[in-house]
Amino acid sequence: MSLSSLTKPWQPMSYGFLDASAKREIRRKMLKAVAVPGCQMPYASREVPMARGWGTGGLQVSLTLINPKTCVKVIDQGADDSVNAASIRRFLADVSGAPTTLDTLQADLIQSRHRIPEEKLAAHQTLVLQVPNPEPLRSVQPNMSIARQMHADADYGRMWLQLYEQIVRSGRVMQGASYPAMVNGRHVMTPSPIPRWDVPKLHMAQHLTILSAGREKRIFAVPPFTRVEPLVFDDVPYKVEDHGDLTCNRSGARGFFMNEIPLPDGSSTHEISDSDYGVKTIRARDGETVEMGATWYNNGQMEDAQ
Amino acid sequence: MSVVLEVQRLTKGFTMHHLNSHLAAFSDVSFDLHAGEFLLLKGHNGAGKSTLLRTLYRSYLAQSGQALFHSQYGVIDLLRAADVDLALLRRSEIGFVTQFLVARPRVSAEALVAEPLRRAGRDAASAREEARHWLNAFGVKQSLWRAYPTTFSGGEQQKVNLARALILPQKLLLLDEPTASLDAGARAALVARLAELKSNGTAMIGVFHHPDDVAHLIDRVIDLTP
Amino acid sequence: MTITLDAPRLVKTKALLSIRNVSKSYGSVAAVRDVSATAYPGEVLGIVGESGSGKSTLLRMMNLEEIPDCGDYTLDLPEVSGNLFELDRFERRMLCAKRIGIVYQNPHLGLLMDHTSSGNVAERLLVAGERRFGELRARAQEALAASEFPLDRLDDPPRDLSGGMQQRVQLAKAIALEPALLLLDEPTTGLDVSVQALVLDTLKRLQQERQITMVLVSHDLGVIRTLADRVMVMRRGQVVEAGLVDQIFQDPQHPYTQQLVHAKL
Repeated sequence: MSLSSLTKPWQPMSYGFLDASAKREIRRKMLKAVAVPGCQMPYASREVPMARGWGTGGLQVSLTLINPKTCVKVIDQGADDSVNAASIRRFLADVSGAPTTLDTLQADLIQSRHRIPEEKLAAHQTLVLQVPNPEPLRSVQPNMSIARQMHADADYGRMWLQLYEQIVRSGRVMQGASYPAMVNGRHVMTPSPIPRWDVPKLHMAQHLTILSAGREKRIFAVPPFTRVEPLVFDDVPYKVEDHGDLTCNRSGARGFFMNEIPLPDGSSTHEISDSDYGVKTIRARDGETVEMGATWYNNGQMEDAQ
Repeated sequence: MSVVLEVQRLTKGFTMHHLNSHLAAFSDVSFDLHAGEFLLLKGHNGAGKSTLLRTLYRSYLAQSGQALFHSQYGVIDLLRAADVDLALLRRSEIGFVTQFLVARPRVSAEALVAEPLRRAGRDAASAREEARHWLNAFGVKQSLWRAYPTTFSGGEQQKVNLARALILPQKLLLLDEPTASLDAGARAALVARLAELKSNGTAMIGVFHHPDDVAHLIDRVIDLTP
Repeated sequence: MTITLDAPRLVKTKALLSIRNVSKSYGSVAAVRDVSATAYPGEVLGIVGESGSGKSTLLRMMNLEEIPDCGDYTLDLPEVSGNLFELDRFERRMLCAKRIGIVYQNPHLGLLMDHTSSGNVAERLLVAGERRFGELRARAQEALAASEFPLDRLDDPPRDLSGGMQQRVQLAKAIALEPALLLLDEPTTGLDVSVQALVLDTLKRLQQERQITMVLVSHDLGVIRTLADRVMVMRRGQVVEAGLVDQIFQDPQHPYTQQLVHAKL
């Protein structure tokens, strides 16, 4: 018996970068978050080689969930090719040996900032959303201790009042991204700054969504088949962005969430925000055989929830 | 006629703490009062005539004695009845007519007069109708009915006061110089209303400067002069 | 020598509010000492006393903002039973939101100064679960109209309103849900005399039309005299005298009450 047979060979870092106890804590907090949908669970939030505010919360969750067979996709505002998305994707692959993909249908784990892909996610997939401000009550109650009591009491009168005030003053609800939503009829959460367009995709979805804020050290979750209902008055219906009639000028895709591209003459044109879906559409148009998944929106209309 | 009130050995005085003194008003007053009976209180100034009325109405607290009132709910000692019980009796069975109107800002004459009826559960329209009837009977000009009595002259205020105090027939009515500052017409209306109430069974105890006005109504006189 | 009063015999209805033997100390200062109070349905109970007499502390207890060191508190309402001081935070909040209205002397305590006036009223309805915008708006308007608030200023924030207007918004908020109990903490103190009269008149009218049970705290005897049926006089945390309002003003028994009544202008 020798010392080397009793120990593992030297490695520069733990598998998946985070040490075992950090991952263990995050796993436990994710389980709690799944057990109480929409409720924010505090966690330690370790250092990762990235500045706070650039997706460290999402990254820690991805690093905890990843294994060598996990196929990873990372998007930033819908795009796989932004610098931030590419860096995170490469980092995840480097520290775990996991394969990466740009195709939503191929991915097991999707880490995203500010968007949910247009193609429907399936039961085996996990969506990790990066969250800058996890506390929906912050704008009405700056004291976080009181805000936690308010969550405990389901005391959301002030949230509703905020919506009332917006309608009175502006004639409509002004909240764009991070539209507050009631999860499982109990906790109000901010669904990270995804557009209003994406919030209905969380409602009774087949996939698990984990939301994580690295700077604020909070994890919360929307388990599969959980109600996610935007806060709306019974007589003032929820409205998504008016993108249903827009056409992508590069791919010709129509009826999805678009990025507005300003043109030199002052007018503007649109490009589909979900870059991979745009690429697929172009390939299909060019005669390639591509697998296009079912989408949540069809002809610009969200289909009714299951 | 049935007994309405049995007063036994009623004694009242005032303790003035800042003067460290006690002022006796009257002591050991006893009498019975029956339905439809009119009792006149007599005595020189300061003999305690008004004090006796206020003690029975419980604006003053008695020192000792008993005042058993036969209410529709049973016999109760007015001197010891709980405040809420007394408030109930004042709403439904015991009236008090003073020389002064307690007017409230921004309340019209007719609303003020209708108030006892409203509190007794009458609907707004018929209460106002009856209030107008009595304002008219006591000679308040129609143009004043919807005005605020706070600005009325003393005589007009007193008419509103009488209309308010006498609108609702009571079992026991306490009259504290109601004829003071009244003109002849209003005085006649008052006497007529008192006679009507008396014949309907209201028992009355009154203090009058000029008892001649009501001489024909008086059944008995009690002299409080010690 | 004075007569002691009997317990109520004619009035068979239960007291709506009943607070028994409450005491509260802040450190060595006894703010309220062994105080009991009742208010019957539709009645206005006045509490007078100088600053620091414990009257506002007692009112805050009635609003369950303050929990005494001992004593108990019941409201004769179908949805609650037992000592209300023992309710947990959530039950307390729901009870206050649905059944108890309060108007504070300082509007900053009762209002969100930067929200709309109608929103301040609507918040109470929202807490109680109303989720229709049209209904919220209609009921907020109705409550503001009942407190004689000018409806063209419906959506002005309270910080832009005068003191009297702010009190009306507070009052509208307090009555928006037809509360069983309305608590008034010096509602007219600090207002101009004419505005004071208007607010008092509104209170009186609401009391007569809706038969709301009220507890009114004030150091202004005129206000108490205008509104209250019964009065409690407090001094140094204790009740020194209680009685019908005319009796307290015409034949005060306790030296302190005599001093108070004689000091009235």
